[in-house]
Amino acid sequence: MKARIHITLKNGVLDPQGKAIEHALGNMGFGGVDAARQGKYIELDLQHSDRAKAEAEVDEMCKKLLANTVIENYSIELE
Amino acid sequence: MKSAVIVFPGSNCDRDMAVALEKITGQKPVMVWHQEYDFPEVDFIALPGGFSYGDYLRCGAMSARSHVMKEVIKRANAGVPTLGVCNGFQILTEAGLLPGALMRNANLHFVCRDVEMTVENGDSMFTRNYEAGTTVTIPVAHHDGNYFADADTLDRLEGEGQVAFRYNDDVNGAQRRIAGILNEKGNVLGMMPHPERMIEPALGGTDGRVLFESVLHTLG
Amino acid sequence: MTDIQITPELVKEHGLTTAEYDRILKALGRTPTITELGIYSVMWSEHCSYKSSRIHLKKLPTKAPWVIQGPGENAGVIDIGDGQAAIFKMESHNHPSYIEPYQGAATGVGGILRDVFTMGARPVANMNALRFGEPDHPKTRHLVAGVVAGIGGYGNCVGVPTVGGETNFDASYNGNILVNAMTVGLADTDKIFYSAAAGVGNPVVYVGSKTGRDGIHGATMASAEFTEDSEEKRPTVQVGDPFTEKLLIEACLELMATDAIVAIQDMGAAGLTSSSVEMASKGGVGFELILDHVPQREANMTPYEMCLSESQERMLMVLKPGREDMAKAIFEKWELDFAVIGHITTTGKLTLKFKGEVVGDLPIDSLVEDAPQYDRPSKPTPKRDAVDVAAPADLGKAVMDLVGGPNLCSRRWIWEQYDHMVMGDTIQRPGGDAAVVRIHGTMKGLAISTDVTPRYCYADPVEGGKQAVAETWRNITAVGALPLAITNCLNFGNPERPEIMGQFVGCLEGMGEACRTLDYPIVSGNVSLYNETNGKGILPTPAIGGVGVMADIDRMATIGFDRAGDMILMIGETKNELGASLYQKEILGEDKGLPPLVDLMVERRNGDFVRALIENGQVTTCHDLSDGGLIAALADMAIAGGMGASISVGDELPLHVQLFSETQARYLIAVDAELATTIRQEARDAGIPVTMLGTTGGERLRVNDGAIDLAMSDLKAAHQGWFPNYMNAAE
Repeated sequence: MKARIHITLKNGVLDPQGKAIEHALGNMGFGGVDAARQGKYIELDLQHSDRAKAEAEVDEMCKKLLANTVIENYSIELE
Repeated sequence: MKSAVIVFPGSNCDRDMAVALEKITGQKPVMVWHQEYDFPEVDFIALPGGFSYGDYLRCGAMSARSHVMKEVIKRANAGVPTLGVCNGFQILTEAGLLPGALMRNANLHFVCRDVEMTVENGDSMFTRNYEAGTTVTIPVAHHDGNYFADADTLDRLEGEGQVAFRYNDDVNGAQRRIAGILNEKGNVLGMMPHPERMIEPALGGTDGRVLFESVLHTLG
Repeated sequence: MTDIQITPELVKEHGLTTAEYDRILKALGRTPTITELGIYSVMWSEHCSYKSSRIHLKKLPTKAPWVIQGPGENAGVIDIGDGQAAIFKMESHNHPSYIEPYQGAATGVGGILRDVFTMGARPVANMNALRFGEPDHPKTRHLVAGVVAGIGGYGNCVGVPTVGGETNFDASYNGNILVNAMTVGLADTDKIFYSAAAGVGNPVVYVGSKTGRDGIHGATMASAEFTEDSEEKRPTVQVGDPFTEKLLIEACLELMATDAIVAIQDMGAAGLTSSSVEMASKGGVGFELILDHVPQREANMTPYEMCLSESQERMLMVLKPGREDMAKAIFEKWELDFAVIGHITTTGKLTLKFKGEVVGDLPIDSLVEDAPQYDRPSKPTPKRDAVDVAAPADLGKAVMDLVGGPNLCSRRWIWEQYDHMVMGDTIQRPGGDAAVVRIHGTMKGLAISTDVTPRYCYADPVEGGKQAVAETWRNITAVGALPLAITNCLNFGNPERPEIMGQFVGCLEGMGEACRTLDYPIVSGNVSLYNETNGKGILPTPAIGGVGVMADIDRMATIGFDRAGDMILMIGETKNELGASLYQKEILGEDKGLPPLVDLMVERRNGDFVRALIENGQVTTCHDLSDGGLIAALADMAIAGGMGASISVGDELPLHVQLFSETQARYLIAVDAELATTIRQEARDAGIPVTMLGTTGGERLRVNDGAIDLAMSDLKAAHQGWFPNYMNAAE
């Protein structure tokens, strides 16, 4: 089973890299970008076949290591 | 005063920290490898700067979950004076010993230079040999020193005297120009500037030395 | 795999000429396999074989009583006393840095660090020499940002301070930037490791990162001219992992403290192939490698890919028999791969096996000793005529434009992105004449400087070659250290063009002469040819990295004025030498005339005099004169010291000549009035020209009662402002 994890900065946390991207896009002539936020994407190959168990474990992984919940949100997709 | 320097894979200021501690306390610190579960009893623990685990995932994230940190957290909670410099500060926040997080510098560049900062709290065991309100010059060298915490936490830090050092000018975008903070009990200090790099005139000054002397003074 | 037919097209794609391919057929006595063809192509590339340069490099002076190891090893080694050695080298990473500036520069730093710690040294300082296209060129800003971030990203992470370097802009680098990185390390003289393999049957061990498909044919790319096309191809650029490099340094140094290692070599350009061939060749032995045992990052890698991969952070070692387990334990502690991949044989061949089959069997000599060597035709650069160079319309404005222009402004924007203090021994930080790093635990210091003036090398290669060497010597002298030896990075255009070869030969002639006269041998180096885009070559750029030693870091000079009221003295004589000067280029937009002549005996005499003044504690403020001449040096000293100065120069020469002339062998010093009189007398007694120019202090920089009268605040703002303003300007 594959787990796809998206980690993004919480709303209200300044994202200097996102801001730089937004700025650069504007300079390149791409109008219409109101905001850019940069995050992380992590892919895990899991041995589990039990979906619920896998979800619970990946959630633990996110809380304990993969995301810093002081500043980051995360979402998990299983496939 | 017996001290320990914790070494993670990718630490690179471990030797500088050990040199400073030996010079100032007269005793060679024990160097503790991150895979240890236990280490000798010491009066002072230092988490040095560097790029532990290459700063991959998030600065300090993986080190904060290493074997040795379980023991460090236990001892820090029991009151052992613990200093985290630069990457050490990042590890302390990731380990939950200090609130907040260190984010990418606002201008996105690594910054290495002398900075001026004000001693906000002159009473802690780390700062008692400074006078509160004085300006000291200590170098920074980091890519992720932009201190972030929510407004309530910041207000609490300010109110409880937990802001130890504040940059005189904006260095990295840190909220309220925070350079270093203490935990509630005052026995854990995390700071981005490197006091171990300012311990002799040949290196540009002695303002960092005073921090170690404060600890020595406190612990005797 | 073995079925791939070797066609003329395939041979050509590998950068081999028909004559070279015939040479391969003769050496093997049969058609090569594709793996073998790949190996010949990289081993005989310009980058690995030095085929166009070797016969000329042999003429350079490489010996002195303090030289422990000259060119030919991973890095040069000199004796610095007290049982210690300085180990250093400089290397180019030009082409990769143009294609992908961050990774190109980062892996350049990684490679040069490995060259130095391979020999048993702990790296203590990084330096660099960077050349970019003109600031207005659309690519320049992006390249500067990427290269600086890459150098910092790698050096900062491994924890070796980047203590200085040089950066220049010129249109000739528009399509071909230069990124030259230098590392200096320290080792005990009885603990130096070499690459010559020995001991039949001894295990050949691979350590570090796994092998992937990155950078395959990087060495060949570094040996062919750029075309518009090569940018599009984006050949699999290597990605650096400084974290692994840091672990590799610690693991190697830990293993080196034991007696397990017979020989060691890093895997640089041309990876596993080049390192095993070089080790075998130096030891006069053969290697048998079982490629199945090579740690692999990707599935289904072919022998061709494994042999030519330039994956970073890898080393090859020959161990003493029976030490494998102990060595393995060290590398496992540092979480690095460790694999025995072969052993030493008596065959004199590199034998490669994969899945039980022999996929390559090549005579080592044919790859190294018998590699092609060319004595390419060369055409000397025609001598220029001396010219008179006009005065500027406005002297004050000319000074502001120079000091606040791209080539003389402060490089603070760059070096603040480098951790230049880690390791706790940086005694002189970037921004001065030379960086000074204390030798850990002692009062001794290593002084390091990188220099070359490509304008001079273009105008007159012989004088330019001399000047490049002399300028590092002078910079090291100006901080109070004794210059001992140099490394170099010889960046030139296409050697198949006689005028480029003429530049190369001329520069080497000048360098050799300077090294001999200054007792300043070359101990290591690197050649980078084919620095051209669409047939247009770069300015000849033989970058020199010099290393010197001072006995007492408390007796060191810095450039900033530190007391108001000090007398400013110039040591050395100013001549009418504005040909090929920075003033002429930047202010008049011209490039004519003879570059300054380098009188090496005068250089030596003046330098030895200045060094003695610093060593005996009399002088602590000193700056050498170079680009921009007297006025540029004076401005540097005033800005660094945070105070103005007022000087008067005589009327033997026109004022603009006195101020901007780039006559060599000159220094400015500032001392109190009493000492100034003594020093003037001492100089006169020694037959050394000396001029009392004026005094320090105030808030203005003044020359000849107001001929120039600038506010220090304006000058400083211009000097500090150019770089950040340029970099922050919207793309």
